[in-house]
Amino acid sequence: MTDTTAPVLEMKAVDKSFGPIDVLHEITLKVRAGEVLCLLGDNGAGKSTLIKTLSGVHKPTRGEMLMDGKPVTFSGPKEAQAAGIATVHQFGGTYPLMSVGRNFFIGQEPTKGWGPFKVFDRHKANAIAVEAVQNFGITRITDGDRLCGGLSGGERQSLAIARAVHFGARVLILDEPTAALGVKQAAHVLRIVGEARRRGLAVIFITHQVMHAMAVGDHFAVLIRGAIAADFRRDEKSREEIADLMAGGESMADLEASIDGYMDTHDGHAPPPTA
Amino acid sequence: MTMETTSQTSGPSRPATSTPFSVGALFRRPETGAFMGMVLVFAFFAYFGFDRNFLSPYGTSSWVNMASTVGIIAIPIGFLMIAGELDISIGAMVPAAKMSMAIAVGYYGLPVGIGLLITFGLAAFVGWVNGMLVTRTNVPSLIVTLATLFAVSGLTLFLSLWLTDTTSQALTSPAWAKAMFGDYHAWGFQSSVFWWLGMAAVLYYVLHLSPWGNWIFALGGDKESARNAGIPIDKLKIALFMLAAMAAALSGTCEAILSNSATTTTNFALIFNCIIAVVVGGVLLTGGFGTVAGVFFGTATLAIVQQGIGYTPFDRNLSSLIIGVMLLIAVLMNDTFRNMATSMSASKKGK
Repeated sequence: MTDTTAPVLEMKAVDKSFGPIDVLHEITLKVRAGEVLCLLGDNGAGKSTLIKTLSGVHKPTRGEMLMDGKPVTFSGPKEAQAAGIATVHQFGGTYPLMSVGRNFFIGQEPTKGWGPFKVFDRHKANAIAVEAVQNFGITRITDGDRLCGGLSGGERQSLAIARAVHFGARVLILDEPTAALGVKQAAHVLRIVGEARRRGLAVIFITHQVMHAMAVGDHFAVLIRGAIAADFRRDEKSREEIADLMAGGESMADLEASIDGYMDTHDGHAPPPTA
Repeated sequence: MTMETTSQTSGPSRPATSTPFSVGALFRRPETGAFMGMVLVFAFFAYFGFDRNFLSPYGTSSWVNMASTVGIIAIPIGFLMIAGELDISIGAMVPAAKMSMAIAVGYYGLPVGIGLLITFGLAAFVGWVNGMLVTRTNVPSLIVTLATLFAVSGLTLFLSLWLTDTTSQALTSPAWAKAMFGDYHAWGFQSSVFWWLGMAAVLYYVLHLSPWGNWIFALGGDKESARNAGIPIDKLKIALFMLAAMAAALSGTCEAILSNSATTTTNFALIFNCIIAVVVGGVLLTGGFGTVAGVFFGTATLAIVQQGIGYTPFDRNLSSLIIGVMLLIAVLMNDTFRNMATSMSASKKGK
């Protein structure tokens, strides 16, 4: 596709160890502008460590990270943010008891006034926040004074994504954005991911829900025990193959086969749970 | 989450620049409950204490004075609670500050300015220790400040005996210091009342108008997200603990200069009074929510009950009963108000 342009963010043979424990081995991945890279992995596969390394919380033990083809090192999450890497965590980094406007500008508050008497500019914050969120297709939010706790989980995720985009993110790291959501709300978030891609962001979408990954992903990487077990483009693998890969081999298919066999012989009833 | 969302598909939404005032919106502000509580309590004591001059200037100053000594400390404690922390070491910081003033100025005869410098320096140090311990160890602040409460109170007693051989010390201060920190002004209002009002105004600005206020709410709302958003959460926490300790020092200084004396007795009642004032004022115990105005009203309510009972024919001991019941109602109301604030759509809420 667009393989001629330099990837916005690239990891080359990155290892990460905590003392004697190796968590990531030889991670190599790249993500381009306007592309969604889906990182799939079961619990404990090293997804969180990888996110933290990408977003500047951890430094790679070995290997290097490149942005626009140039090597970069981040001393902390703030520096990664300044470089345009925004991370939206599972619960969106939104505060239920704060207004939409205040949520949107947390840590980067617009002020008016001068010197030590700067005042948080509530009207400006609310207006910008509502506009930014509405541009992402969430038309139900019209009042910036509304408390975030009154929004749905999907809307809160969308608010966080709109916020990251507003503050100039070029790489968007989404940490399980759909994990705690219902079907409708997850679809909502996936639409927002599509919108971010359309705007030319490089999106890294971390999930363990294969369906959600298939819906928006251009490029997939499966993480198993801290290493990339498979790396493929859209349509190269089926949903079942990916699920098997994530579970660490053929065990999923085996399990399904054994359940099917059991159900055949027991009039369609699933096996009783084993204590 | 899903339960909240189902109920709010209704209602035409108003644009962000809607009318700045509406009665309904006023009722959903977090300090409204505290204000109504105060009005109710005031009306009660105004009625039953009318014959004994509860409403006279001196009746008013008696509860306002009491409110000011608690209120100076309660607002910073409210900040800490909004940020998800607590500081009970103030119960020892107040007598420590009193003794430090009395020993420096009364015993060694140092100028008041130096005494203030020493006292507030000590307070800043205690606050810094509290903050460092809480941020570095992740031990809950209740336990950390319980430890420093006893440490500071023990140290105060030990140093007082070691330096002056007494546990109480007289203190005479020049006229300017009296006027500024501890004198009775018109109608019996103490100097601390003006400090209280001044602090309320400054801290209102900090919490509700300045960008720092946003950080304090975020810190209490979700610590990890606040850190991810680039807020210096450890520094902010340490600053809040220092603010609380220095506010306690201010309250102690005012008391010592007013009464011309100081004792080492730890003020355990003050700890509870501050927490009651903050909770009655609508600050959420779990953090992330609260207002300066609410804490202000909460402090006034507490003081009206404690001082006002003396102006009524009722037994004085009943004030504790009233406060206990009030506290319980306040906590239940806080929950209701919070649920209303998060679930009702299309209106102005508390900032």
